[in-house]
Amino acid sequence: MQQAVPLPRLRVARRTSPYAPTWLGALLSYLVLAFWAVVVLFPIFWIFVTSFKLPIHVNDGPFYLPFIDFSPSGDAWRYIFVDLRNDTLRPYLNTVIVALSSSVLALALGTSAAYGILRFPYRPRLGVILLFVALAVLTVVAGGLGVPWQAGVASAVVLFLLLRKEAGGRVSRSFGNDDIAFWIISQRILPPVAVVIPIYVMFQRLHLLDTHLALIITYTAVNLPIVVWLMRDYFRQISIELEESAAIDGASPFRIFLSIVLPLSTPGLAATFLLVLVFSWNEYLLALFLTSANAQTLPLSIAAQNATRGPQWWYMSVLILIMITPVIAMAIALERYIARGLLVGAIKG
Amino acid sequence: MLKVRQRSGTGPAGPVPLRHRSRAGSWFESQTRSLFLLPAVLMLVFLSIFPLFVSLYLSLTRFQFVPGGFRLAFVGLANYRKLIVGIEREHFLGALAALSPAFWLVFSLVAIGLLVFVIRSLQMPTAAGRGVAGRMVFALVGGTVIWLLLRTLTPGGRPGSLFTTLIYVTGGIAVQYWLGLMLAYLASQELAGRRFFRVVFLLPMMITPVGIAYTFRILFDLGKGPFAPVWGALGLAEVSWVNYPWGARLAVMTGDIWQWTPFMFIVLLAALESVPTELLEAAMVDGASRWQMFWKVSWPHILPVTSTVVLIRLIEAFKIIDLPNVLTNGGPGTATESLTLHAFMAWRTLDIGGSAAVAYILLFVVTLSATSYISFIHRRVAEVV
Repeated sequence: MQQAVPLPRLRVARRTSPYAPTWLGALLSYLVLAFWAVVVLFPIFWIFVTSFKLPIHVNDGPFYLPFIDFSPSGDAWRYIFVDLRNDTLRPYLNTVIVALSSSVLALALGTSAAYGILRFPYRPRLGVILLFVALAVLTVVAGGLGVPWQAGVASAVVLFLLLRKEAGGRVSRSFGNDDIAFWIISQRILPPVAVVIPIYVMFQRLHLLDTHLALIITYTAVNLPIVVWLMRDYFRQISIELEESAAIDGASPFRIFLSIVLPLSTPGLAATFLLVLVFSWNEYLLALFLTSANAQTLPLSIAAQNATRGPQWWYMSVLILIMITPVIAMAIALERYIARGLLVGAIKG
Repeated sequence: MLKVRQRSGTGPAGPVPLRHRSRAGSWFESQTRSLFLLPAVLMLVFLSIFPLFVSLYLSLTRFQFVPGGFRLAFVGLANYRKLIVGIEREHFLGALAALSPAFWLVFSLVAIGLLVFVIRSLQMPTAAGRGVAGRMVFALVGGTVIWLLLRTLTPGGRPGSLFTTLIYVTGGIAVQYWLGLMLAYLASQELAGRRFFRVVFLLPMMITPVGIAYTFRILFDLGKGPFAPVWGALGLAEVSWVNYPWGARLAVMTGDIWQWTPFMFIVLLAALESVPTELLEAAMVDGASRWQMFWKVSWPHILPVTSTVVLIRLIEAFKIIDLPNVLTNGGPGTATESLTLHAFMAWRTLDIGGSAAVAYILLFVVTLSATSYISFIHRRVAEVV
């Protein structure tokens, strides 16, 4: 008798949770969610099925279920992995190398910049910036006129160091950290197509076209703003006391950054890394301009499947599947970090 | 400016300098500090600022082959003129419909609205010169865009790559946002198995747009795609809706929506979960319905985040190229060409100046859209709440 009393109370408490739907609401929610899950999964399922079809299965109209509608065949897989072994492997390796190195590089440069902007006051003077730009332009022009680039760069560096104080004194308007942060983040607005032709010419001059290095450098630059943006918001919520006590104990800024700040930001780093990796893994436009054969990445080799004999869906499906598997596996593994790490600043308000 | 964080009581506004025990002198110290920032800044200077200037110059030139190589002939604004009034106008702006009374009626209403918008800024007590000028520029550009939109979208007209891009951006973001918000709300409820939905809904974001384009081409194939029986029953088996301009644009937008709704979903879900439970419980005690609780409590609370995700998508959506290029190859004709694809096509035909001009106009359009969005919507929303 006495035990029966708390039960109804519990039930009342559960029903008043603002997140608990009524049974009708739950039913409708499940319907909508299941519908969208089908919308998301069906295309992936269809590629999967198509990759086991023979041309005749595709051309004779839609067949849906392997073993029931049609007998699956590994021909497309065999063709991609055995017959075309090197033509599949090379773009795959290129993509892995380029995406991983550029993501790591963007993360390294971006996190340190974000940390610097958050913790150290910078006061770049307009004069110094103008001097730098003028010298850089002069060096490029001189290089175009036939001066050896080593000499040009060396004299520019010397001139910059000599004239720095002078220029800073003459035009002493200075910028703050917020200006720098805004400048870096606003670079994300820039559409890549607006800068890709000069970048193409630059790599052509340096004989770096169609190499991994060209893509790695470009992707790093493209992804830097987003790393700075996300990581700055993430670092902001780390308390400064730990860093200060380490600083008083004599740890250098690099030491503090590497052994205190970065380990504390793992969720943010994981989410940012995933996002940046996905961007470089799937990037199309820059690869289209900057590579031709040797450094071609997977999105391009998939797009090229539509060449002479019309779209060969079965081969394409295999390529799409092997391309999306690693990122999807990673996304599932890092799913709990994404919600916590991505845009933490924006969400915490 | 791009963030919504700086509201009252959310930590220090500026940088917090670390107090170091002074060690090897302040010169060494300051050099170490600038090493944190310098690599990133140099990288951006060399890969986006300098190329931007070079692009500006390229957009003023014409690429010519000469014996033994090529040269860039300076042609002034000819590349831009070509796009706006010259032979490329149909490609870039589109074909204009004839002026009709209905057009004048709608346009005069829009013009009055814009005029009121500018005049109201003059009457504001703190009428700062920059604010008024900004509104005037916005009204002028907005008026021109609407003038062209009305004339290209009405019967007899045809939108070019500029308006196709704007349609992708606005239509795509609107659908992605409302769809993402609805799904995020449903998934934020206490339902068994919601983790499954969270993971599944994330997947499209990870898939390469080129792959999505091909996948949707298979799906949209009316004769051999999975929905062929449905189309056949409707008597549509022999036509392809990718052959019609609006069908093709819709196909591109469907792919884009499929890919980017997850982004809205994941961020809005995290935001909805950060709404304090006490607020919702208090509303519940006061007898608010679920509908009211969402629109009066949750939604205002997540408005800043909402505004930020829309801004991010606004910036990114303008860069669309892979989907139209692979899905429809820009066709039929040039109906699905986005500005980036237009620039790429021009580059491929060695019209390098024209390509740079299109790219520069895109840069202008993105910057203008982002700054007007920030100053008219984002700033207000992010401060109100």
